[in-house]
Amino acid sequence: MKEPIQLKEHIVEIVSDAGEGAQKAGTTFAELCAKSGNGLWTVEIIPSEIQPPPHTVGSASGNRIRLSSRPVTNGGDLTNLVVAFNEMALLSRIQVGALAPDVIVIIDNMWATHADPQICKQYREVLDSLSTQGGQVWELPIDAACAKVTDDSAKGKNMFIVGMLSCLYNKDLEVAKSFVRGIFAKKPPAVIQKNMDLIEAGYVFGMNHFSQTFVVAPVKGLPEQVAMNGNTAIALGSIAAGYELCSMYPITPATSASHELAAFFEDFGGLVHQAEDEIAAVGVAIGSNWAGKPALTITSGPGMALKTEFLGLTVMTETPLVCVNVQRGGPSTGLPTKVEQGDLLNALFASPGDAPKVVMAPSSIEECYHIMPLARKISEEFRALVIVLSDANLATGRQLFARPKVVEDMLTTPLDLSPVEAGAKPFDWDLETGLSQRILPGRPNGMWVATGLNHNEAGKINYLAESNQKGMTMRSRKLAVLQSTLKAPEIFGEAEGDLLIVGWGSTRGAIWEAVERAQAEGLRVSAMNIQFISPLPPGIKAAFQKFKKVMTVELNYCDRMGDPYITEENRRYAQLAIILRANTLVDVDCWGMVPGRPLMPCEVHGVIRQEIQALKTKKGI
Amino acid sequence: MSLTIDDFVQKEESTCSYGMDDYTTEAARWCKGCGGHGALGALQRMLRDNQVHPEEVVCVSGIGCSSRFPHYLRAYGFHTLHGRALPVSVGVSLARPELKLLTVMGDGDCFSIGGNHWLHTLRYNINSMVMVLDNEIYALTKKQVSPTSRIGTVSNTSPRGSYLEPLNPLSVALGISNISFIAQTASWLPGHMQATLEKAWKHKGLAFVRILQRCPVFMPNAFQGGSVDFPGKFLESPEGIPVDKGILRDAPVVAHDPRNINAAQAVAANSHMEKEPLGLIYYNPEVPTYSDIRYSKVATVDRKAKAKLLDDYLTRYSVES
Ligand SMILES: Cc1ncc(C[n+]2csc(CCOP(=O)(O)OP(=O)(O)O)c2C)c(N)n1
Ligand code: SF4
Repeated sequence: MKEPIQLKEHIVEIVSDAGEGAQKAGTTFAELCAKSGNGLWTVEIIPSEIQPPPHTVGSASGNRIRLSSRPVTNGGDLTNLVVAFNEMALLSRIQVGALAPDVIVIIDNMWATHADPQICKQYREVLDSLSTQGGQVWELPIDAACAKVTDDSAKGKNMFIVGMLSCLYNKDLEVAKSFVRGIFAKKPPAVIQKNMDLIEAGYVFGMNHFSQTFVVAPVKGLPEQVAMNGNTAIALGSIAAGYELCSMYPITPATSASHELAAFFEDFGGLVHQAEDEIAAVGVAIGSNWAGKPALTITSGPGMALKTEFLGLTVMTETPLVCVNVQRGGPSTGLPTKVEQGDLLNALFASPGDAPKVVMAPSSIEECYHIMPLARKISEEFRALVIVLSDANLATGRQLFARPKVVEDMLTTPLDLSPVEAGAKPFDWDLETGLSQRILPGRPNGMWVATGLNHNEAGKINYLAESNQKGMTMRSRKLAVLQSTLKAPEIFGEAEGDLLIVGWGSTRGAIWEAVERAQAEGLRVSAMNIQFISPLPPGIKAAFQKFKKVMTVELNYCDRMGDPYITEENRRYAQLAIILRANTLVDVDCWGMVPGRPLMPCEVHGVIRQEIQALKTKKGI
Repeated sequence: MSLTIDDFVQKEESTCSYGMDDYTTEAARWCKGCGGHGALGALQRMLRDNQVHPEEVVCVSGIGCSSRFPHYLRAYGFHTLHGRALPVSVGVSLARPELKLLTVMGDGDCFSIGGNHWLHTLRYNINSMVMVLDNEIYALTKKQVSPTSRIGTVSNTSPRGSYLEPLNPLSVALGISNISFIAQTASWLPGHMQATLEKAWKHKGLAFVRILQRCPVFMPNAFQGGSVDFPGKFLESPEGIPVDKGILRDAPVVAHDPRNINAAQAVAANSHMEKEPLGLIYYNPEVPTYSDIRYSKVATVDRKAKAKLLDDYLTRYSVES
């Protein structure tokens, strides 16, 4: 065998029919790479149906792993190497444009001689077209080799592949075995032995068949890392935030956060309540918070739509609430398993009337954890609704980050049920700040009625003009006060230049990586990620004015200039762009798309180059 | 009302003595003759007789004339959204099982827009007395047909008479597994209403009380106007609600076993076509409440232990080799 090729990074995919084990193989191999110190971002490849017809494009299921010798913030560009269980799974990846032109494909050659001539033909066609476009195809007798070790090669293939990839990426076989032994620790010894055999067989198979192997060096000198997906991070972050009730209704891609909580919340003194619908789910959370037990609700777009009326009630009664929206593609049922940033305006404005609220977006899986205690703190100190906008990319991607330090601050303390002063008011608004005290039920002398009707300081219904104006002012003022405590967003790169790319939420990793590449080419481009979208942090306008052009890059729909009928007057901008234009009066442009997958740095890089070129042409340089 | 020895001792020993004022905020702003006044009065008398601490009472309501209830009761209250009182009550009952929870809704509120929550909350059997003030009409929005309106009801959305047979909430409720308490009373029978609320208040679980409610403004003819001629029949049983005929001229008293679900279903079926049953229709105090079920599985952990546990969980995700 030749010397292994040293790589800075590699993107590896494992795809099979749904249920054939590519997902398990992928997560296991990813875990192994993480343990060996690689930077990592994994993305699940999920079909929309539970059991789609096998050996079809719609059945492709698996995992995409970006391995790196440095910390990774996003899923990266095109795939460098694919292990495909069949040609249709491979074809689906070609069709979505996920593969690099020079991709290496490792595929089971049993299809070449399959009894069904149609399959043989199809197999050949897919591989031929790939080779013509520059791909390398390694056709190997994977199933046959696997069958030598196990009676059920369909079931055992996942660990065989883990062994094979361990060889391909020069991972230590013994480490791989001991790691997998850990995974199966609770299984009978025979099962453990079988899996050990499979890994070993896969490894030996690799040694016999690969003429070339790779090394992606580990990242050096990082503090202890954890690897998890964004929904797990939200679940654990909710516990760190002191939540004791998660009230929810199942909806992809939010549900797995509740699965995670359901698995262990009771040990922490908490519970998951699966309500009869999303309306009830948020109502339960509001009732619980109002009564003094910290509760949150987690949902996705269609669920947000149902919760709208209750979210308005939260704002009106100034009941603290955190509502997480793990965004997916819309409108309507849209793309249930896929990513989009289409709910920003919904989060900001969906409500009967004006309901000022806090909207924040984590920009990494690490932030999914840390944003939860912050969100709860804000919701309670400001008696406010806080909407946290995550998305399917964060929810199902897995990333390494520094192990969070557990602090006790936010964990709940016993309720204060002492008598309140006679005459104490449930909305004793501080006229400067709009802040007021919460009076929990059970406190003697404190009896008051929360109502969605306009009310005065005492909580009494009031229809007078002055009172309505005051209530609105007080609820709105709180956002200004919160805004005054925020820091100006960090600028990635120089504080002035030609182009500033502004993003929000999960696209940060891809945008910053693209900007870094462009900067390395000498382009005068910087980036900004906005975590608080309501209220917007200070200093944005001033920062924008230092650049010749400001544009947002978002994973939501916007009209493109030059398209039929689209003019300066009727163009519909991307969602953050609308907000920034309104708030800064700067002519913020936008670039958005809705491919149902995360942005790739190479795409953003392309946009940057094009924009800077256009700026230069305009100036006639 | 006579007291049991226990009640008497408890009342004597309690340091406070609450009067009607202690349960009253302001004069209720319902129309003259509205059944809401009677229901509120009966509740307040019941609370006074039981010397309930007002700060321990939480009254959750939806939206409608009836849902103004918490504003007139001196207690903690949450006047929520149309149809959505019950989810908020579920939240309160999970958060603070020790509070004394009362949920008040109208018929449109509970049976129409809130129908889903109604069915499911009956099944949860949360610990709350649930009062539905059923005037067989949408009153706050000025006379539209409700799910319990009789067929032919003339309203602003059914000027030629309503088209469908009404929903029978008693039968529906009895079809829910985990149902633990159903009673029916009427707003023009103050004695019976108070006795019904008393029985419901003492029930651990969801006590569903349908109160036939007069609305002289929009449904003056419903329930024979809530008059002496109302066709009711009283259900009598040893653990039931004491019969108090009030003004009713001709209301038979029938023996009924509220522990027998089949008997309850028979009483409920066609109730609106024949005589309306008054009293305890179904009763099963053994059904566990949702919070008891859920908290029996939840660990009690202090802050330190919780922090330690979370740290241990993080270790599961650690990639330290
Ligand atoms: C979401 C929503 N839809 C409609 C309304 C208007 N609305 C208010 S009360 C009501 C019906 C009231 O009837 P009911 O629940 O029977 O109570 P009642 O007024 O008779 O006591 C309606 C339709 C509302 N407030 N909210
Ligand atoms: S309209 Fe009917 S229900 Fe409403 S307050 Fe008047 S009498 Fe009562």
